[in-house]
Amino acid sequence: MEFIAMLALFILAIFLGFELITKVPPTLHTPLMSGSNAISGITLVGALLAAGHGDNQLVQGFGFVAVVLATINVVGGFMVTNRMLAMFKRK
Amino acid sequence: MQISQAWIDVAYLVAASLFILGIKGLTKPKTAVRGNQLAAMGMLVACVVTLLSQKIVTFEVIIAGVIVGSVVGALLATRVQMTSMPQMVALLNGFGGGASFAVASAEYLKGVDGLVGIIATGAAVLIGAVTMTGSLVAFAKLQELIDGKPMGFPGMKFVNFLLVAGSIGAIGYMVYQPGNDMVFWGLVAAAAVLGLFLVLPIGGADMPVVIALLNSYSGIAASAAGFVMGNSALIITGSLVGASGLILTQIMCKAMNRSLTNVLFGVMAEAGEAMDADEVYAGKVKSSSPDEVAMILETAQRVVIVPGFGMAMAQAQHAVRDLADSLEANGSEVEYAIHPVAGRMPGHMNVLLAEAEVSYDKLKDMDTINPTFEQTDVAIVIGANDVTNPLAREDKGSPIYGMPILNVDKAKTVVVVKRSLSAGFAGLPNPLFAKDNTLMLFGDGKQAILDITTAIKEG
Repeated sequence: MEFIAMLALFILAIFLGFELITKVPPTLHTPLMSGSNAISGITLVGALLAAGHGDNQLVQGFGFVAVVLATINVVGGFMVTNRMLAMFKRK
Repeated sequence: MQISQAWIDVAYLVAASLFILGIKGLTKPKTAVRGNQLAAMGMLVACVVTLLSQKIVTFEVIIAGVIVGSVVGALLATRVQMTSMPQMVALLNGFGGGASFAVASAEYLKGVDGLVGIIATGAAVLIGAVTMTGSLVAFAKLQELIDGKPMGFPGMKFVNFLLVAGSIGAIGYMVYQPGNDMVFWGLVAAAAVLGLFLVLPIGGADMPVVIALLNSYSGIAASAAGFVMGNSALIITGSLVGASGLILTQIMCKAMNRSLTNVLFGVMAEAGEAMDADEVYAGKVKSSSPDEVAMILETAQRVVIVPGFGMAMAQAQHAVRDLADSLEANGSEVEYAIHPVAGRMPGHMNVLLAEAEVSYDKLKDMDTINPTFEQTDVAIVIGANDVTNPLAREDKGSPIYGMPILNVDKAKTVVVVKRSLSAGFAGLPNPLFAKDNTLMLFGDGKQAILDITTAIKEG
């Protein structure tokens, strides 16, 4: 991917993020944080590519650590967010 | 089955869209659960197509890593208590940063070249490692594994400056003289130490800001890893999370009337000597009993409950809900006033009260509830202190002057449930406790609330 295309994505996504997240009410700020944590576990994609790289053990080692940490983030983040959000009810 | 890179890129775009729709769902409590599920689905799409990529040649390490990570993640998510959510989020921030750091390191070892590749790798390693060690310190402070007080040594700021300058220098060196692994490992070490040194001097009360900021860093680290790999999913998602953390950081700073620089590098102004606690409280503090409070509450039309970190500490959220239920059964109107920095992370009180099955439309933010205190008969403050201190409004010399507070003192009667007259995080006496319309109910938060409820039911 060309650098300028990546930079464009980066900048536009930041603007989008600001627009979206200012609309999240304070009541949901904790689930927002754990949920965005889970989403930032997208690094898992990079981790999978590193861990599945065949020929270098050190690369695979870092890949393994990355897969473990990112999976904790993804699984733990989505599950705990779901647990919290399920409690928000209106009587 | 293996698929072409073009299809993989399309799938990443789908995943990124699902994340955006997911966050959009979080803008309303009603759609939030669905939003979270959409985001999880996006993650599944992104991971599955990655596994189909031709770049992956072996699966053993992946399978092992996913199993370990899933078990640990699921255990954490199901076991954690709602009072401990700040620690959990701090830990997840750290893991996110650590993952980006590890991915960038693996890419470096595979060999990155070109200006953009090396700078992005350096940035991902630097931000990722800082996020990892910084979050671990934040976790240790919140979990009380280490002292929550600011820690440091003379010249720490200068050392931090050297670490930052050294890290940037190392990245610059990697650009001009690629291939020197010692420089790379030096960068890793400097970044790890920097993370520790940045968070150690920050006190427990400022943790909401720190967690939000580290949340932002973990996103930016993921984005930087995306630049290394030329991966659109990582870039988009990372910057969304980066923006999210940054907004929360801003909100927290505004609610404490402090600048981010002040939180990160400064200590609060030491103007404590001007205010002597004994002078403020002497002879003016009225201690009350659960029976007396119950009597006042029985005739109250409107009651506002003001929770703080003390409610979380005492695990009193269920007792508070029971009290509210009996008041409502008595015909009173009950609402909750939530200060943006109540608790140890943004929205912490809301989650605790939601856990106790308090309806979310009764949880009011500061700007909504403040004009209503004058029509409030009783305000019950439980485990909150600095966020109710009228000095912030009235005393220009006070270190907390200008911080937005909940105007509980405007209520007809204020009941403060507290263990003692000890100061809050700001270390200041609170003249609210000595006001004519304030009753102090000393004791454990949960027990005191239970006693009031019993007295109301018996009365």
